[in-house]
Amino acid sequence: MLKNSLRLRAGLLSVLIFVAIVGIWQVATMPTAASGPAMDPEYAKLVGAAAATGQKSAMPTPADIGATIWKHLADPFYIRGSNDKGIGIQLAYSLGRVLLGFGLAALVAIPLGFLIGMSPLVYRALDPFIQILKPVSPLAWMPLALYTIKDSAISSIFVIFICSIWPMLINTAFGVGSVRKEWLNVARTLEVGPFRTAFKVILPAAAPTIMTGMRISVGIAWLVIVAAEMLVGGTGIGYFVWNEWNNLSIANIVTAILLIGLVGLLLDQGLAYLAKLVTYPE
Amino acid sequence: MFKDPFDPKALLGRGGCSCGGNHSQADHARLTAEAVPAGEEDRWNRVVDAAVLRAVFPVDAQRRQFLKTVGAATAMAAISSVLPLGAAREAFAQGGVPEKKDLKVGFIPITCATPIIMAHPMGFYSKQGLNVEVVKTAGWAVIRDKSLAKEYDASHMLSPMPLAISLGVGSNPVPWTMPAIENINGQAITLANKHKDKRNPKDWKGFRFAVPFDYSMHNYLLRYYVAEAGLDPDKDISIRSVPPPEMVANLRADNLDGYLGPDPFNQRAVYDGVGFIHLLTKELWDGHPCCAFAVSKEFAAQNPNSYRALLKAIIDATAYAQKQENRKEIAKAIAPQNYLNQPETVLEQILTGTYADGLGGVKKDPNRIGFDPFPWNQFAIWILTQMKRWGQLKADIDYAKVAQEVFLATDTANMMKEMGLTPPDPSNKTIVVMGKPFDPAKPAEYVNSFAIKRT
Repeated sequence: MLKNSLRLRAGLLSVLIFVAIVGIWQVATMPTAASGPAMDPEYAKLVGAAAATGQKSAMPTPADIGATIWKHLADPFYIRGSNDKGIGIQLAYSLGRVLLGFGLAALVAIPLGFLIGMSPLVYRALDPFIQILKPVSPLAWMPLALYTIKDSAISSIFVIFICSIWPMLINTAFGVGSVRKEWLNVARTLEVGPFRTAFKVILPAAAPTIMTGMRISVGIAWLVIVAAEMLVGGTGIGYFVWNEWNNLSIANIVTAILLIGLVGLLLDQGLAYLAKLVTYPE
Repeated sequence: MFKDPFDPKALLGRGGCSCGGNHSQADHARLTAEAVPAGEEDRWNRVVDAAVLRAVFPVDAQRRQFLKTVGAATAMAAISSVLPLGAAREAFAQGGVPEKKDLKVGFIPITCATPIIMAHPMGFYSKQGLNVEVVKTAGWAVIRDKSLAKEYDASHMLSPMPLAISLGVGSNPVPWTMPAIENINGQAITLANKHKDKRNPKDWKGFRFAVPFDYSMHNYLLRYYVAEAGLDPDKDISIRSVPPPEMVANLRADNLDGYLGPDPFNQRAVYDGVGFIHLLTKELWDGHPCCAFAVSKEFAAQNPNSYRALLKAIIDATAYAQKQENRKEIAKAIAPQNYLNQPETVLEQILTGTYADGLGGVKKDPNRIGFDPFPWNQFAIWILTQMKRWGQLKADIDYAKVAQEVFLATDTANMMKEMGLTPPDPSNKTIVVMGKPFDPAKPAEYVNSFAIKRT
């Protein structure tokens, strides 16, 4: 009962905050009455509505944004030429790149993380490389990737790969390294082979930490893909944002921002659910 | 040329002409000039027929025997009843079958690229039998890297870029060529509205300017302009390389005082009420080149027919764009999201030259932007002198030689002749920048004649 009422009140508060934001936004962006000197009508015809009254073009109102969102959601999968595709298709391209880059990173990071976690020697040897490469902004890799790989599609997947590898690697190593000594000792007493120990004892014990690493990684990958696509262009939600920036179309950009947030949330929740599945209560 | 497969009497495997053909020296003139029909179409037909005939009778002696018995005309009639000779001829008449039909051409969404872009919706590529995909690209560095990576078969570049790439300035040296200029003029200096009273460049000390790329006419023209006013472009003002779409946003956010940029972003600043057009670049140098259609030397060599077809489409589209009466139609064709993604009225103002200047006036200048494909070598030499002047080019080079290797004036002239257009005299071009004449024969003296320079 108490829990329910808390949830209800939180929901109410969320709605209130939303209404307040939209309201303030609407008031702030309401078109003001013409105040500047009257323009030559011939001139006014050639410029935007705001410039015709001697002002800078304004932020769109929430209503404009709503209309734009509706327009995109009503027809998300159209293809009108190679540079003009529906927002659903653009999101699919971005998701595809993220999942591919992330998947490849997982294939490398988890086995490598296991090795690092199980062997203090490898850990010490690789540590300086990881420490130096980890804080590098993934976009800084882009020029290098374009130069060496010579393919923009693979380059953006590479950038996703390189940015999502570190959290998984470190978390896997940490999870594997901090498996309780007692459990390993029990396994040793029972004369369990090293492979069996790895899969039957260490993996289940480290799984929640590994999943956390994956969750962080996919979040970072989704952040980076937008920037990478803005840089390279072609397809994807990042390209969509860039293309609308070209047109200074704030309404379309806000639409894209909301959709990017929504997809990011879904990715995060999906991995959170998976993490719950592999967690054993002690 | 080759030996004439229609001649039953020519000797087999003996003699030999200095041209390498299997006929005697005496027969050479007859075989290459007279026996080959005049007009282009007939000539291609003859080539197609010969190829088919050789394919049907690969052994010379057998073909000879067959022709002797039935005669050349009957033979071709017989073959064409089985083989679609007509279709083969037609495909060839396009200027040879393109080796590669599906091509990717990269472009930056600015009006300079008008011919490259409009050739897609208006069918100039398909007319040449090409299936071209025009791909919007985010910036000049990316278009350079994608071109170097062969992701694009050809691309829209700034006219100094093929020179810079060929010389290895700012990238690895790769032989690049520029068979056609896209546009002349069509750029402008835009200033933020707050500088309405500072129209004299002498007052611009401390201004923050943007240009689209280091290796651009925009950069060289802006530097030239402020240097003429006595300002050192490296010390008295700052010039940043900013992608064109970000220019308006930065001007609005007060991160920039102005820019010398490509349209539509000058007119767009006016449209959005954030800036005004200080001057059009044609006021600095009327007829200056800007953007270019560029391909790697490798692509042109490996796909000569595709290259010819592509160049034909571009020259054709450029000539169409140059005509004032077509400009409104073009503005409509390139405005959609797939291409420039701009309000149609903005593009129309740029292309027709009747535009709002951002100060409340409507100006008329039909030559605001022009389209002229001819890649004058003199342009290249001027660009190289500026690269030298501002220290981008350290080594001493043979200006005329580099210009000739990259700006393919001869190719373009030949293609124009073939298409029934009259190419201009390549040696006759006067260049006057801000009242100062440029002598392409004396580039080194020209560089030295400037007071402000980095050499």
